[in-house]
Amino acid sequence: MTLADTEIAPPEPPRYVMFWRRYKRNRAALLGLVLFALVVLMALSAGIIDPGDPLRRAGEPLTPPFVNWETPLGTDQLGRDVLSGVFYGARISLLIGVVATLVAIVIGVVIGALAGYFGGWVDDVLMRITEAFQTIPNFVLLLTLVAIMGSKIEWITVAIGIVSWTAPARMVRAEFMSLRHREFVDAARNLGVSNTSIIFREILPNAMPPIVVYASVIMALSILMESALAFLALGDPNYASWGNMIGQGRAVLRSAPYCAVIPGIAIILTVLSFSLLGEGLNDALNPRQKK
Amino acid sequence: MTKTPPPVLELCNVQISLPKGADRPYALEGLDLTIEAGEIVCLVGESGSGKSLCAGAIMGLLPEPHVRVTGGAIRFMGEELRGKTDAEMRKLRGADISMIFQEPMTALNPQKTVGWQIDEVLRLHTKMSKAERKVRAIEMLERVHIPDPASAYNAHPHQISGGQRQRVMIAMSLVLSPKLIIADEPTTALDVTTQLQILKLIRELQEEEGAGVLFITHDFGVVAEIADKVAVLCRGELVESGTTDAVLNHPQHPYTRALIGAVPALTPPPIKAASDAPVVLKGTGLKKTFAARGGLLSGKRKAVTAVKDLTFELRQGETLGVVGESGSGKTTVSRIVTRLLECDQGSVELDGTDLLAATPRELRALRQHIQMVFQDPMASLNPRKRVVDLIAQGPIVHGADPAKAREDAKRLLELVELSPAAANRFPHEFSGGQRQRIGIARALAMEPKVIVADEPVSALDVSVQAQVLKLLADLRDRLNLSLLFVTHDLRVAAQLCDRIIVMQKGEIVEHGLTAEVFANPQHPYTQNLLSSIPGRDWTPPSLQTDAA
Repeated sequence: MTLADTEIAPPEPPRYVMFWRRYKRNRAALLGLVLFALVVLMALSAGIIDPGDPLRRAGEPLTPPFVNWETPLGTDQLGRDVLSGVFYGARISLLIGVVATLVAIVIGVVIGALAGYFGGWVDDVLMRITEAFQTIPNFVLLLTLVAIMGSKIEWITVAIGIVSWTAPARMVRAEFMSLRHREFVDAARNLGVSNTSIIFREILPNAMPPIVVYASVIMALSILMESALAFLALGDPNYASWGNMIGQGRAVLRSAPYCAVIPGIAIILTVLSFSLLGEGLNDALNPRQKK
Repeated sequence: MTKTPPPVLELCNVQISLPKGADRPYALEGLDLTIEAGEIVCLVGESGSGKSLCAGAIMGLLPEPHVRVTGGAIRFMGEELRGKTDAEMRKLRGADISMIFQEPMTALNPQKTVGWQIDEVLRLHTKMSKAERKVRAIEMLERVHIPDPASAYNAHPHQISGGQRQRVMIAMSLVLSPKLIIADEPTTALDVTTQLQILKLIRELQEEEGAGVLFITHDFGVVAEIADKVAVLCRGELVESGTTDAVLNHPQHPYTRALIGAVPALTPPPIKAASDAPVVLKGTGLKKTFAARGGLLSGKRKAVTAVKDLTFELRQGETLGVVGESGSGKTTVSRIVTRLLECDQGSVELDGTDLLAATPRELRALRQHIQMVFQDPMASLNPRKRVVDLIAQGPIVHGADPAKAREDAKRLLELVELSPAAANRFPHEFSGGQRQRIGIARALAMEPKVIVADEPVSALDVSVQAQVLKLLADLRDRLNLSLLFVTHDLRVAAQLCDRIIVMQKGEIVEHGLTAEVFANPQHPYTQNLLSSIPGRDWTPPSLQTDAA
């Protein structure tokens, strides 16, 4: 029995091992991961596994699924291959999900971090701006932006990002407000570390877990928003997106429901995978939930 | 001739198991303990020794099923408690066995008045009428010496002071005259003068009621103050027990000897010859008020003065202690001199340069000369950085070559007696004392002229505390450092400080050489502080510590 406290405990397994151990404890999160991997696989293999262009005529219009093996999931009213549309649509949905989320998170982190770290009038000004954005319903703002900027896929993505940054900004602000009073921040200041370094190198890594978790929610929401836009025929007509497919399938909903149902299922599963992923990340990143 | 009554509490060979993956299979192993009526038994141990779980086991409040009693007997008044149903335990709890918690602010419900909470105990366990209950509650508040019990009855917990809250807790636990009182570190969160009052109160009420008290503490000073018998726990094992005099003055077990040897004695260091070393840090006329920022319509709230007109000097190679109770402004002082807080008035001269007048750019350069060791070693180390980066960060910011700074960091780890293997670990992999060593290494990495230490050992166990203090004293002498040492613990101050400043409500009430102030305090506040140190009449025997 020794009282000296200079002996070090045996090393812990590396962080990613701990992370994976905690993540896999949640079964639903594993399902989410599998679904997500499937969507990514679809997006990557579009054009390799499946016959070509989703916008070109591939067979007789309105062939039902599982009839002609040239077009396994059938064709729509213009004879376009539904399977091909689903594969290419995965690309667009993921692209929009990732880029719009990045835009939203970057704006949100910068505004939230500045407001939370500096407080005072900086906080007041930035939060009033945030509130101004929050008072306009997201989708109405999105419609306005798309109406102004036009419905090119790049602009749609940026517009979705612009309408989604307020919630992460508020969350980051709250995290920063509690973290900036921690002693390690004082310790860094006392070493002469500059404000920028403190914000981005000291505090931000500690504020990341809830942001990562919330990012999965934003990704799911952005995919839904893009689909909703496309459904209203405001999507980019040059790309096959799931929303476009549902919007066009609406016309033949009674005679050929599969035209709208199949891309609908794809959206549901993708959004579900993001939510489950977020839940699993929350379990794995939340340090208070040990074992 | 009457039969001798059974002891109030008898623990026989009690064993509490921990879940898999804990550092040891049993939290408590084979604990035997007896408490007779009218006796205060202190259960002493360091953090993690299982002393609080022992209290939980008696109350039937263990976090089952992960942690549960797996063996032995717990007898209360001769009656076995293990195997009692929840309903039976509920009847006992509060009425016959009651508990006083460490943190009265969290143990009391902030939404309800003090009176309501005492009333609840009576309502649940007695058939008294509403009026009777109120009379009884106020009478109880009177017995715990709360000024104006009638108005305290209607107060919410946040409206009364910390000491008074603990008095309310005691009133609550004693209102039904329990036969056994379990007090789990009841004075740890309190200031030293309040602590003494509460200890006296517990003693006084316990004598009136003739109850048995199980008093859980880590502080040997408190033990010396209150205990009849002492039991020492080490990692779940009872290593020594006996009367207070036997254990404190003639400890047998090496662990107890090491623990008692680590208790700082109240003998100040010898007076150094009047120092004519140059003044490195000089504060003049410092003043700081905290103005609460009002909302848009609510207007300004009342400002609180934390420090008013503070002047001090720190010479090269000297340790200046700043002591006082909570709210005396001592922590504010440590933040002002390092300019982590902006000061309202005055100047802090570091080697002749005014730190408070420096521009942000100059300030960043000046910071390398004045470094800080923080109170909470967990909170002050960024949990996402490796130790080597934490230590090397300062020099790198000030333009050192990163590779060389990291090499130096490893050398510093050896200086603070940590293995260089620690360099690539994260802070959470270390114990409290080790983290504080890392904190000290980080401060030293900048080769500062002055180190400001804000309660650097108050979060540590006593044996670790002694080691860290020794390290600080060693380093100070070897590197000729000047220390500004903020603490609430007069024992610690006596160990390390050459001169001390005693603060009360933001003002210096007394300053001078530590030895002189301790021997002959002038100001009534200092006298009060010194006479409140728990166990001040007990001098830890000087022991050859062979375990540490």
